[in-house]
Amino acid sequence: MLNQIIFGYFAVTMISLALIVITRKNIMHSIVYMLILFFHIAGLYLFLNAEFLAAIQIIVYAGAIMVLFLFVIMLLNLREELRKSRFAITWPIGAIFVVLSAVMIIISVFGNRFANVGNVKISDIEKVGHTVAVGKLLFVEYLFPFEVASLILLVAIVGAIVLAKKEIK
Amino acid sequence: MELLWEISIIVIKIVVVVSVVMFHVAYATYFERKVIGRMQMRMGPKEVGPLGILQPVADGIKSFFKEDIIPLNSDKPVFYLAPVISIMAAMSALAVIPFFDGFIISNINLGILFILAMSSLGAYGIVLAGWASNSKYAFLGGLRSAAQVISYEVSLGLSLVGVMLLAGSFNLNDIVEAQSSSVFGFYAIPQILGFFVFIVSAVAETNRPPFDLPEAESELVAGYFAEYSGFRFALFMAAEYIGMIIMSSLAVLCFLGGWTVPYYVLYLFPFLGAVPGVVWFILKLYACIFFYYWIRATLPRFRYDQLMALGWKLLIPLSLLNILITGIAKLII
Amino acid sequence: MQVPDLIPVVPEILMTILVLSLLVIDLFIKQKEYIAVYTVVGSLLVIISVFYCTGVTFKGMFVADSYSIFFKMIFLINVIFAAIISVEYLKKRASLYGEYYVLLVFATIGMMIMASAGNLIVLYLGLELMALSTYVLAGIIRTDGLSTEAAVKYFLLGAFSSAILLYGISLLYGITGSLDIREIGLYIAKEGIINNKLLLLGLVFFITSFGFKIAAAPFHMWTPDVYHGAPTSITAFMSVGPKAAAFAIFGRVFMIVFPALSGSWVNLLIPIAILTMAVGNIVALAQTNIKRMLAYSSIAHAGYALLGIIAASNEGLSAMMNYMLIYLFMNVGAFILVIMLNNQAKVGDSIHDYRGLSKSNPLAAFLMLIIMFSLTGIPPTAGFMGKLYLFMAVVNAGYGWLAVVAVIFSAISAFYYLRIVMFMFMNESIEEVKLSLVDVNGLLLIIVVFMVLFIGVNPQPFVELARLAIL
Repeated sequence: MLNQIIFGYFAVTMISLALIVITRKNIMHSIVYMLILFFHIAGLYLFLNAEFLAAIQIIVYAGAIMVLFLFVIMLLNLREELRKSRFAITWPIGAIFVVLSAVMIIISVFGNRFANVGNVKISDIEKVGHTVAVGKLLFVEYLFPFEVASLILLVAIVGAIVLAKKEIK
Repeated sequence: MELLWEISIIVIKIVVVVSVVMFHVAYATYFERKVIGRMQMRMGPKEVGPLGILQPVADGIKSFFKEDIIPLNSDKPVFYLAPVISIMAAMSALAVIPFFDGFIISNINLGILFILAMSSLGAYGIVLAGWASNSKYAFLGGLRSAAQVISYEVSLGLSLVGVMLLAGSFNLNDIVEAQSSSVFGFYAIPQILGFFVFIVSAVAETNRPPFDLPEAESELVAGYFAEYSGFRFALFMAAEYIGMIIMSSLAVLCFLGGWTVPYYVLYLFPFLGAVPGVVWFILKLYACIFFYYWIRATLPRFRYDQLMALGWKLLIPLSLLNILITGIAKLII
Repeated sequence: MQVPDLIPVVPEILMTILVLSLLVIDLFIKQKEYIAVYTVVGSLLVIISVFYCTGVTFKGMFVADSYSIFFKMIFLINVIFAAIISVEYLKKRASLYGEYYVLLVFATIGMMIMASAGNLIVLYLGLELMALSTYVLAGIIRTDGLSTEAAVKYFLLGAFSSAILLYGISLLYGITGSLDIREIGLYIAKEGIINNKLLLLGLVFFITSFGFKIAAAPFHMWTPDVYHGAPTSITAFMSVGPKAAAFAIFGRVFMIVFPALSGSWVNLLIPIAILTMAVGNIVALAQTNIKRMLAYSSIAHAGYALLGIIAASNEGLSAMMNYMLIYLFMNVGAFILVIMLNNQAKVGDSIHDYRGLSKSNPLAAFLMLIIMFSLTGIPPTAGFMGKLYLFMAVVNAGYGWLAVVAVIFSAISAFYYLRIVMFMFMNESIEEVKLSLVDVNGLLLIIVVFMVLFIGVNPQPFVELARLAIL
């Protein structure tokens, strides 16, 4: 019962926070709410006994990515944006599509069924520690995707340099 | 009942830690002014109380009763929020620091990661303060700080990976124990590269001189908190000093053996074993904080591009090299 | 610690070594043309290695079977062509020469991983690797506003489609408890959950995101702008490579994960295919810019190739693969001529620049004629054979009327392809252009046209190769 309540709190809060984030006119306020949202996601990870993921969530998303967002937003002319209307003129069309997709998804959710539960239990993870479990999984089971992900990061670095480097004559 | 007992123990621990740390923060300012004064052949504060010992109290009272000025056109909610984020991020990190054997508010497995996470959140306080103040100087200070903190966080985190590899844990208790049973008794020697990177990044991460670009008074008045006054200003100052204490504690715990003394020192001077661990911890901590003041008094401020170049082109490659060497060494041994 | 079997991954490893060494060589080399040469030679070596490295490794995550080999062959030929045609083109435009080739090869690695993906995570990562590289490549000419616009549009819409794909993957994982493509297929068949609504929703997400990558209508909106704005060499590269890669995962996912649901997805894909052919062919009629016209033609060809998936049979799949190979040659051929004209500073992308080309450059105009015939699907070119096999597969699957529709749209396409031919042969030129066919571009054009005719006359070996490669 307690589990359901906690999960319910996280789920409802996260969805409302996400809504708040996208409806704020001031991007700075959006970012602050986004920060709170990240903390809730981290909390949900903790709730699932995934403490390493929770810490990484905070360090990477809250600590690095959002700060970069802030950095970029500060370089933009925000005061100008504040005077413009909040949504583009076509927003009713977008809203119609959102509602339709939401209806479609909600209808489909009733077809939900759960697959066979995997054979790793939380107690097994607790025994070795979550960090060790994640490490083993990443470097043994999912070694290939892990290496591909490293290539993606390299592409991102090269691409950023290509797009941002000074023009050399 | 059991739960109540546990909670009350934790509350007592929190009260003890916070009051001790706040006391240290107050006297760290006094200590700083005295040390730097001596280094520059001055006296430092000496009027309030004997030897100026009551100076921090006077400062505290002053900032408490000062008028709280909020700039026109500032973003008020964010303006209020920023110092709170700063101090909260700094204070939460205290929760996972073991001050001596067994004394820790929350002994979690991810101690180091938690501290890194909290120290990275400190950047929000600074950036949001800079933005919300609606002032050029604060804004520039905020921008500088955002770039600086992100850059140095990377090398700070990477410099600790070597320690994590050697100890095989993120838990600060385990790291200290692993050090006392290692060959040298502390990790500063085998992790000399990591230690160097850590020191430099820690100074930059806490925005202390010679990396205090975000608050460089000669260019930016006071940087991100130029528009803050009174108690909010005091919160920022306290956050900075708590940040210093946390970074110093991390250095003590990860590289200098925490509350333990190397076994060979004990072998040579057996009577040192009678000294309680907390004393060793505090002595090492003071040494680190003294180091902060020492370099502040000695080194000129970096230029901004030099700061970035140092972080990205020297410290990060060095820390990666350190990880590589440590990994290979660990594989061989 | 046991080391996984690395033999099947050797081509990807070789490509990665190639790309990393390119990054380093770029620092030291002054004659940047050698980078292109190095890329071409490296990719040729990898093509050879592709045929010898087969097997399943990393616990089924990476599958190097004959299906993936066929596609990898397409990708590698594509990157070789792109590298060759870029040499002249880039000299005048981009300053970051080495990075250009690095990103080309990275995109190719992504495609190769996609073709070999036996796991949805690997599939997604391969797709991201390919997509990220092509986003940057589309915007590599930073001084050109159109190029930047293309990159931003491509990036934003591509990110959406990736997100939709991830949502689909997460639904599939939730329902079946696995990410392994084969296991999911077996699970669905075993449990008999083909009417599960959530599973169908996942299927819709897969179709949406794959449809975006192959530029099928109504997910094609990005295509004309991106193909128009991107550097022409990149347009040539990405109108084949990413499309073929998307078809590779399309085939693999739908034939292995969702075969039990084929009734549902065929019904979804038929309107998409018809709409794609209609939009591609009809809107192309109104285009006066050759790059935009080829973009719409590329949409139309995606519609034809979709017929192979709709057939939901091995025959259809091999026809689709065969068509992709043929499309590679004819599309690159068309773009080579566009690039050759682009390289002449005087002329632009307008189709009117092709007026009277036969007077000044009879051979080039004749080669273009063959390419245009092939794109239309007129025998004895390869385009005809490719379409023939596709239509046969659809007819055999019981959708004869769909083949009729496709033939009608092919007939419509003749109008805009042959308009170029008409301009070249029947109009007087406004400006004299002199094209030389003795440089690399010209030689490549001749090779490509030879291949188009060769496959058209003698399609058997290629069809056999594709038929061997069925799943």
